[in-house]
Amino acid sequence: MHEKLKGKVKLGSTTNSTAGFIKTKSFGRVSMVAAVNVSRFEGVTMAPPDPILGVSEAFKADTDEKKLNLGVGAYEPKSYSLMCLMLLRRLAENLMLERGENKEYLPIEGLAAFNKVTAELLFGADNSVLKEQRVATVQGLSGTGSLRLAAALIERYFPGAKVLISSPTWEFPWSEYRYYDPKTVGLDFEGMIADIKAPGGSFILLHGCAHNPTGIDPTPEQWEKIADVIQEKNHIPFFDVAYQGFASGSLDNDASSVRLFATRGMELLVAQSYSKKPWSLCRKDWSNECCLVKSQLKRLARPMYSNPPVHGARIVANVVGNPALFDEWKAEMEMMAGRIKNVRQKLFDSLSAKDKSGKDWSFILRQIGMFSFTGLNKAQSDNMTNKWHVYMTKDGRISLAGLSLAKCEYLADAIIDSYHNVS
Amino acid sequence: MAMRSLISERVSCRSSVLGARWMSSWWRNVEPAPKDPILGVTEAFLADPSPDKVNVGVGAYRDDNGKPVVLECVREAERRIAGTANMEYLPMGGSVKMVEETLKLAYGDNSEFIKDKRIAAVQSLSGTGACRLFADFQKRFHPDSQIYIPVPTWSNHHNIWRDAHVTQRTFHYYHPGTKGLDFAALMDDIKNAPNGSFFLLHACAHNPTGVDPSEEQWKEISYQIKAKGHFPFFDMAYQGFASGDPERDAKAIRIFLKDGHLLGLAQSYAKNMGLYGQRVGCLSVLCEDEKQAVAVKSQLQQLARPMYSNPPVHGALIVSTILGDAELKKLWLKEVQGMADRIIGMRTALRENLEELGSPLSWKHITNQIGMFCYSGLTPEQVDRLTNEYHIYMTRNGRISMAGVTTGNVGFLANAVHEVTKST
Repeated sequence: MHEKLKGKVKLGSTTNSTAGFIKTKSFGRVSMVAAVNVSRFEGVTMAPPDPILGVSEAFKADTDEKKLNLGVGAYEPKSYSLMCLMLLRRLAENLMLERGENKEYLPIEGLAAFNKVTAELLFGADNSVLKEQRVATVQGLSGTGSLRLAAALIERYFPGAKVLISSPTWEFPWSEYRYYDPKTVGLDFEGMIADIKAPGGSFILLHGCAHNPTGIDPTPEQWEKIADVIQEKNHIPFFDVAYQGFASGSLDNDASSVRLFATRGMELLVAQSYSKKPWSLCRKDWSNECCLVKSQLKRLARPMYSNPPVHGARIVANVVGNPALFDEWKAEMEMMAGRIKNVRQKLFDSLSAKDKSGKDWSFILRQIGMFSFTGLNKAQSDNMTNKWHVYMTKDGRISLAGLSLAKCEYLADAIIDSYHNVS
Repeated sequence: MAMRSLISERVSCRSSVLGARWMSSWWRNVEPAPKDPILGVTEAFLADPSPDKVNVGVGAYRDDNGKPVVLECVREAERRIAGTANMEYLPMGGSVKMVEETLKLAYGDNSEFIKDKRIAAVQSLSGTGACRLFADFQKRFHPDSQIYIPVPTWSNHHNIWRDAHVTQRTFHYYHPGTKGLDFAALMDDIKNAPNGSFFLLHACAHNPTGVDPSEEQWKEISYQIKAKGHFPFFDMAYQGFASGDPERDAKAIRIFLKDGHLLGLAQSYAKNMGLYGQRVGCLSVLCEDEKQAVAVKSQLQQLARPMYSNPPVHGALIVSTILGDAELKKLWLKEVQGMADRIIGMRTALRENLEELGSPLSWKHITNQIGMFCYSGLTPEQVDRLTNEYHIYMTRNGRISMAGVTTGNVGFLANAVHEVTKST
């Protein structure tokens, strides 16, 4: 057949020439049907459901009317605050419609206006690191995408480096440092310090505020000590900031840990996200090597997605760049954080009133942000779902953003039952 | 604030120690990355102050005034969407509605494969994201496999499979002599590749050459790939944009489906719906049965999770709004045809201009080739002259983005090309 081909085809036939087609019997379709349709991916097995996003899918399938989704960290659908966020978005989108902005590709590093306002949000507009142009900023695909870019950068330039993450953290399988103390349902500070004193020159993943999944943050004094150790050991701190503004209600307060490190002149990596506030970005901070590093980040991003989505970035730039909208957004966040605090209070009150065992539930009030680590184990969490139709992650984490005041009593009943009657 | 005074006190104690300790930076060994050959062209163009500059570099459509276009159907869809839908996370596999409509475009409205639920499909970050997701999937389940990539191809294809750590090989595609398809060598390469290799094919409007196999050639390619048990992976970034008719542009895929291939496919709405910056696309893998499709989809989602968790919602909403509405879909088809027609018109104009100038070379390939790009045959040195002397920007492989050619600049462009090639 090969020989026949050579004989019949003029080298370099053009697309429109029919000289390339050989009318021989061997090209009959009949003989091909005998080849079995065996897929190359026959051996592919079902992936386990994602421990977090899988919860929402299970929730959707549940038909019980009492069901509660406290799984994924997203805002409760019927809340007033979510409606306000949508109003904010509508205002921003109408702005964009009026301007008739086009949909061209962004540069690989994203929308410049977006990168600028986001850097200012985190560091404060007057921060010297910004004035001295020591911040390389790259728009990423929300928090996940930003972390992934950073991980890829670390892998490429520090192939042997360790990355230490808190135990538990948002499902990344690297070395762990102690963080959560189940006895106090609080921070295991001694354990954490001991563990991050480990091999020098490692990357330490820190949550800027509102730790996910525990809701437990270090105090300002503890942050100072953490910074001391990191400097001594010449580690590089890597902040995941997914909840700025959402934790305390104040954008500045929630950025204080990052600003502390920046003020000390430390080089650091930061991944930010607007998902909870909504929208997204990524940013890195260093001296002098800014442009070099940025160029490498772009090189990593190009074969992943070429350039980031424009719509969300424009919304952010419009909201943060417009004083009236920015003020409205800030007020909105204060209200959301306030609502979460009220929910924590109500839940604590319900638990204290209903639970006759004398267990101290006050950790709920000490935790901050969207999540609460209830201290329930896997079996107890399963009971929450199977018996009470309360959907949460197996590590005992509940998302308070998905909880309304009206449901707190029901939730308290479920928690008390699961904690005391299931082991 | 107590916090701030605490910091300032500490800083004043530490400043001298800090100076010594932080001399060495972590990122000293980071070298500047080479400029992306395509996107770097636009950067250079933007920096050029010349009023006569022409950008025929990046493949984004421009109207006859050289302006980016937002399709009317898209504007209307946005008006309907604005501020209405919420912004909750999409499921990991993306917008179900958008994926459904997208599969219909490629596989056919009444495709049996869709009915039988044999297609594992997820929303992706445009074409790049679809290719990357597939490359990662290929690596995970066939770690020792290799991907055959045509020469030439979109440069990012190499980056994608490289970063996914999949071994790359190339196969002959473009024939520089004829500026057409090197069909014999292509067929040889398919035959000589080890059985069960993965082949990357451009479904229509090959980037960067604009050279597509004929229908008959596609049939032969399909046959040979099947005979060798290769896996065909199609990148279809220009459906509708090549001939103006999406059904016609999907011909290669339909041929392969008819021949029983279990193919993989990356689709993008960047060009044909002008949604470039929205990053909307779809990756699909045709499986043996529904059960396998469910398993494959779950694995694709699992690969996406640590890359970006779930895909962006806005662009997907635009697509499903348009394709799900008969009137809007009709409008879209009309607008796509319009874009393709303008490009075909510019091809004719460029060729005629060059012929009228008395160029000694043949420029038939300009009208033989299809889609957004023309592989002109210009050498890198000639391209550099075009840029330096005429402020005309294109990639150094001589690829002209016809979308950047207008009635206003086609004469200027022809003249410049003639000047740099007339002594060839």
